[in-house]
Amino acid sequence: MASETLTLHNNGHEVSYLDYQGKHKGLLGWLLSTDHKRIGILYMIGVLSFFAVGVTLGFLIRLELLTPQGTIVGPQAYNEFFTVHGIIMIFIVVIPVIPAVFGNFFLPIMLGAKDVAFPRINLLTWYLYIIGGVLILLSLVLPGGAADTGWTFYVPYSVRTGTNMIFTLTAVFIIGFSSILTGLNFLTTIHRMRAPGMDWFKMPLFAWSLYATSWIQVIVTPIVGITLLMVIVERVFHVGIFDPTLGGDPLLFQHMFWMYSHPAVYIIIVPAMGVISEIIPVFSQRTIFGYKFIAYSSLGIAVFGSLVWAHHMFATGMSDTAEFVFSLLTFLVAIPSAIKVFNWTATLYKGSIKLEAPMLYALAFIFLFSIGGLTGIIQGALNVDLYLTDTYFIVGHIHYVVFGGTGFGLFAALHYWLPKMFGRMYNKKVAKVAFWIVFIGFNVLYFPFFILGWMGMPRRSYHYLPQFQLYHVIATVGSWILVLGLLIMMVNLLVSLIKGKKITENNIWGGETLEWKVSTPPTVENFEEIPEVFDGPYEYKQNEYASMEEEVK
Amino acid sequence: MEEAKEHSKHAHGYGIYVLVWLALVTLTGLTAAVAGINFGKLSIVVAIIIAVIKSYLVLTEFMHLKTEQRTFKAFIFVALFFIIISLALLFSDYSFYVR
Repeated sequence: MASETLTLHNNGHEVSYLDYQGKHKGLLGWLLSTDHKRIGILYMIGVLSFFAVGVTLGFLIRLELLTPQGTIVGPQAYNEFFTVHGIIMIFIVVIPVIPAVFGNFFLPIMLGAKDVAFPRINLLTWYLYIIGGVLILLSLVLPGGAADTGWTFYVPYSVRTGTNMIFTLTAVFIIGFSSILTGLNFLTTIHRMRAPGMDWFKMPLFAWSLYATSWIQVIVTPIVGITLLMVIVERVFHVGIFDPTLGGDPLLFQHMFWMYSHPAVYIIIVPAMGVISEIIPVFSQRTIFGYKFIAYSSLGIAVFGSLVWAHHMFATGMSDTAEFVFSLLTFLVAIPSAIKVFNWTATLYKGSIKLEAPMLYALAFIFLFSIGGLTGIIQGALNVDLYLTDTYFIVGHIHYVVFGGTGFGLFAALHYWLPKMFGRMYNKKVAKVAFWIVFIGFNVLYFPFFILGWMGMPRRSYHYLPQFQLYHVIATVGSWILVLGLLIMMVNLLVSLIKGKKITENNIWGGETLEWKVSTPPTVENFEEIPEVFDGPYEYKQNEYASMEEEVK
Repeated sequence: MEEAKEHSKHAHGYGIYVLVWLALVTLTGLTAAVAGINFGKLSIVVAIIIAVIKSYLVLTEFMHLKTEQRTFKAFIFVALFFIIISLALLFSDYSFYVR
């Protein structure tokens, strides 16, 4: 035991998780660590690397669409590009990003716990995630070529195409397990490991959003897992499940695929909403408006969001009854989403708003998510949807929700929590400049999609009619601006990790949740003693009394 | 502590597991046997009833749900409820197909 370092003797207290040297040192100290904070960082490295691949593919897709005929690649390569772009961005980036990175890092701290409920399973999820991601990357380079079905894997094409489908489907299946286990871990942690005094309604809203998300992950992810397995069985053994020539039903595939993949949109967006619910009160120094409504609306989204899947299938020849039911449910899901948006804006009222980078991204989230959400409602109407199905309108909608929502939520979270995680501050001016470039680039890129869709431009099309070119050129220029902004943002954040100003204060932004009460960066054990909680997470009474006094005067 | 005691109570022998296993095998055989009989529209109902009995046995005995706390039962109930609603919604399409 002589090899034990000082850090082990004091049991990890007062030693930053970054400096801690346990049984394993160096790289192994990270790869075999069951510390939720280190696993969060591992996930961050994984997700951001895949994000870079996804952005590169997206950039190439836009470059290809600069002209109506082929520009840089052939049609087959183009099909593979948009497929892998979708698979990487959806399954490997936006679904895991906020729960796996920030949830892992901050959920236990916010609850006043020393780790998640099952630390080893937590590490296992990261390995499953990386195995799945690597399989998808391999499918790109192995003979046969990457999947070319679109990220939705619709049969019968996915049963018949000669590309590396089995690789891709297996990868998504494995990543699904990672997602289920993370969800299970968080559910148990939230139920069992809250600090004394922290009842359900003293829990931070980020924890609430992760709770709702975890339920969706646990319940619906198995459905897509088994569905994709059935596609593999159909491909290998020619059992007729989905392929009509074998006696299967292709609509059954769509039902089962969307039974997961629509709730997955909420796995994607709800944690980002949790991030926004953390940032808005801190940067307006106001008690959050309608805490319980925001908490319950997360659950409301989880419940209703899981029951609207067939609105992706309005144009497939479903029964009229189903179309009516799913259209109605789709409109209903707008209510809990709107509750959140209204409560966030109400929180801003009479707050002392500080427009730091995290707040800018949070406000942009509200703006972009509102556009994304409302264009979703448009497509929830049956008659309009028949016209808009499979046009660029839907592509614009998904990017406003997923990128404008979760992407901006991720950027907000990075700027909000990264200084806490590493104890170094980024250059705030550069961060704001990067924000504006990203924001402008984003809108120049994706807003023309709505116009294109309305004009009838079909999605996933390699060629297009000359009258669409103007908007395609605008969008492509937008992609250049966006990528420039992303580069500036990421370089700024990366440089800050090495050269950024050191921070020692615990409470960097003036937050009231528990992560701002532990040291920066947090110690291995998070808390020397488990804290006792007496107040709600967003009590900014002093500030509010001051403004009330001013009003009285 | 009471819960912990309760938890140890169900340390019944392996006999019950063997019985449940035999029941599962029998029911699987039954499913295969009934598949040969034409019940018309009812055949799916029969298959589902047998499957429900099997799931019940697995959940209560193999997964110890019989002796678990309420929270766990609630968790399972939520998941089951979701599956039932999902199936109902799915059949809002399939039951009204015009082919």
